[in-house]
Amino acid sequence: MIPLYWYLLLAALIFCIGLFGVITRRNSVGILISIELMLNAANINLLAFWRYLYAETGDLRGQVFVIIIFVVAAAEAAVGLAMIISAYRQKQTVVANEIDTMKG
Amino acid sequence: MTGMQILFLITSAVVLFSSIMSVTAKRMIHSALWFVLALLGVAVVFAMLEASFFAVVQVLVYVGAIAILIIFATMLTRRALEDKGDQFNRATLVTLVIVSIIFAGLVVSLKSWAPLQNLTSPLSAEQLNVGVLGLALTAPDGFTLPFEVTSILLLAALIGAIYVAYERKEKKK
Amino acid sequence: MNFIYDPVPWVINWLTQLLLGWGLPINLVNTLLYLVGAVLICLGAMLFTTMLIWAERKIGGRFQDRLGPNRVGPWGIFQSIADMLKIFTKEYINPVGIDKIPFNLAPILAVAAVLAIWAVIPFSETVFGANINVALLFIIAIGGLGEMAIILAGFGSNNKYALLGAFRAVAQLISYEVPMVIVLLIPVMFSGSMGLNEIVQAQKIPFIIYAPVACVIFFICSIAENGRAPFDLIEADSELVAGYNIEYSGLKFGMFFVADFLHAFTSAIVFTTIFLGGWQGPGVEQMPVLGGAYMLIKTLVVYFLMLAIRFTLPRFRIDQMMALNWKILTPLALVTLLVTALVDKSIPHEMTLVRIGALVIVNVLLWLLADRMITAYRKRNPIQVVTGKARPLARPEILPVVEKEAAQ
Repeated sequence: MIPLYWYLLLAALIFCIGLFGVITRRNSVGILISIELMLNAANINLLAFWRYLYAETGDLRGQVFVIIIFVVAAAEAAVGLAMIISAYRQKQTVVANEIDTMKG
Repeated sequence: MTGMQILFLITSAVVLFSSIMSVTAKRMIHSALWFVLALLGVAVVFAMLEASFFAVVQVLVYVGAIAILIIFATMLTRRALEDKGDQFNRATLVTLVIVSIIFAGLVVSLKSWAPLQNLTSPLSAEQLNVGVLGLALTAPDGFTLPFEVTSILLLAALIGAIYVAYERKEKKK
Repeated sequence: MNFIYDPVPWVINWLTQLLLGWGLPINLVNTLLYLVGAVLICLGAMLFTTMLIWAERKIGGRFQDRLGPNRVGPWGIFQSIADMLKIFTKEYINPVGIDKIPFNLAPILAVAAVLAIWAVIPFSETVFGANINVALLFIIAIGGLGEMAIILAGFGSNNKYALLGAFRAVAQLISYEVPMVIVLLIPVMFSGSMGLNEIVQAQKIPFIIYAPVACVIFFICSIAENGRAPFDLIEADSELVAGYNIEYSGLKFGMFFVADFLHAFTSAIVFTTIFLGGWQGPGVEQMPVLGGAYMLIKTLVVYFLMLAIRFTLPRFRIDQMMALNWKILTPLALVTLLVTALVDKSIPHEMTLVRIGALVIVNVLLWLLADRMITAYRKRNPIQVVTGKARPLARPEILPVVEKEAAQ
C-alpha cells in the first residue's frame, strides 16, 4: 500500500520544478507550461487528500476543487496563449523580459 | 514492495523526469512534448487514486486541449528564440537555491503531521460513482454557485481569448 | 455455464480453474488472463483490418465502376496480405532533418489510440474488456491522443506539407469534437450512465428511435473524425501532396494506413454501441453469444453506409467544412440537447409509447426547422458559380500565345 506522503512528495517536487520554470524561463510559452505543471501538482495534492482523508465520509470538496482548477487551467491557457500570440504579432518576440511596455 | 508501489515509483519517475525535461529543454516544441508525457503520467497517478473520472478528464482537457493549444502557439511563434540563445534568464542559480529552500521547508514543516502515514481503505462502488459528484455540483445545497461562477469564468475567458487573438485588419495596412 | 451458449466466459472460467490448479495466486491469474485478453483483442483487430482493407477496396471499386483488387487469390482476397509483405520488406527510411523521437513515435501512437477504444467496447453481454464507468469520456479522451499522433507526425517530418496537413487535421478534429460531445450527452441522459455496458443495457429500444437527429449528427461527426471523404481535407492530395504522413514509408506508413481503416471501423462499432443497441437483439437473454453476431452485423451495415458516403461524395472545401460544423451542427446539437432534455423530463417514463412518440415528433420538427433555416439562408446567399469564362483546351494550335507567335 502507498502511504499518503508519497503522493505529497511527488506533488511537492513537481510544484518546485514548475516554480523553477516560471521564474527562470525566458520564453513566455515556457512560463505557461511551468504554471500548468504547478496546477497539476496542486491537483495531485487535492485528490490525494480527498482519497486518504475524506473519501470514506462522502465529502466531495476535494473533487469539486479539482474541477474548478481544471476550468481555471483551461481558461488561463486560452487567454495566456492568445496574449502571447497577440504580443508576438506586434513585437516579434516571446521573451517575457522584452515585452515590457503596457501599451502596444 | 507491492505491485502498486512499483507502479507508483515508475510513474512518478516518468512524471518527474519529463517535467524536468519540459522545464529545461532547449527547443520549445520538445518542451511541450515532454509536458504532454508529464500530463499523461499525472493521469496515471489520478487513476491510482481511484479517481477514474479525473484521470480521463485530465487526458481530455490537458492532452486533448491545453497541450495542443500550447503546441499550436509554439509553432506560430516559432521564429522567435528558436534553438539559439539562452533559454534561462540570469536568476537560474538563485532560483535553484530558493526552490530547494521552499522544498525543504515544505518537507520539514509537514514532517510531524500525523496523517502522513495514512493508508487507504477500499471504497464501495457507491462512493466511486461519478453521479454523486454530478449531483453535488448541481444540488442547490451543494456546489451550484461555485460551479456556475466557474462556467461564467470559462465563457469570459473564451470571449476574451478570441478578442485578444483576433487579427484586426485595419491595423495591418 | 454452457460452452455453446456463451463460449468466452466458459473458456475464461476453464483457464482460471486450470491455472489455479497449478498453484498460482489468484491476482497473478487475473493479471495473466487480462494480458491474454488484451493481446487477443489487439491481434484480432489488426488481423480483421487486413480483411477490412480488402473489403473496402473491393466495395469501393464496385461503387466507382472498377473491379477492385482481383489478382492475388480468388476475388483478390489475399491482396492485403501481399501488401503487408511488401510493406514489411521495405527499407526503413529516416529522412534527413527529422526529429527522430516524435517521427517514430507518431505511427505507434496512432494505432494505439485506436486500439485503446476496443478496451471499453462491450462485444456481448458477457464479453468486454474494462467495464469503466466513464467509458464515453474515455473514448473522446483517447481521440485526443490520436490528434497528438498527427501533430507529432506533422512536426517530426520537417516538411511543410506535413505540417500544413497536421494543422488542418487538428483544426478539423477539434472542431468536430464539439457537436459530438454535446450529442453524446443525449444517450448519457437516457441511460443515466457514462458506461457503455449500461448504455447498451438501457437500449431495449435503440436510441436511434428516441433521438434520430442526435444520431445523424453523431454519424456525420464520426465520419469527420475519421478524416474520410467528404471530410478528407487532411490528406487532400491535390493541395497537400499527401497530408501529415507524406514522409513516411514502409512499416511506419503501414501503421498509419492500418490506423486509418481501424479508426473507421471502430467508429462504426462505437456508433452501433451507442445508438443501435450494441449486442441487443431477439434471443440474447438465452444465448449471449448471439449478441456478438448482432453487434457484428449492425457494425458492418454502418460501415457499409460509411463506405457508400466515402466513395460517392466529393470533398468539402475547408471553409465549407468549418461552416457545416460551427453554423449548422453545433447549434443544432445544442438545441437538440435542450429540447430532448425538456421533453424527456416532462413525460413520465412509464408511458413508453407516448414518450417515444413525443421524442420522435420533436426530432422531426427540429429536422424540418433546421432544413427550413438552411434553405432560407441559401436563398439569401445563393452559391456563386465560379467557373467564369471557358478556358481553352490544352492544344497548341488554339492557345492564344501560340497564335501571337504565329502572327509574328
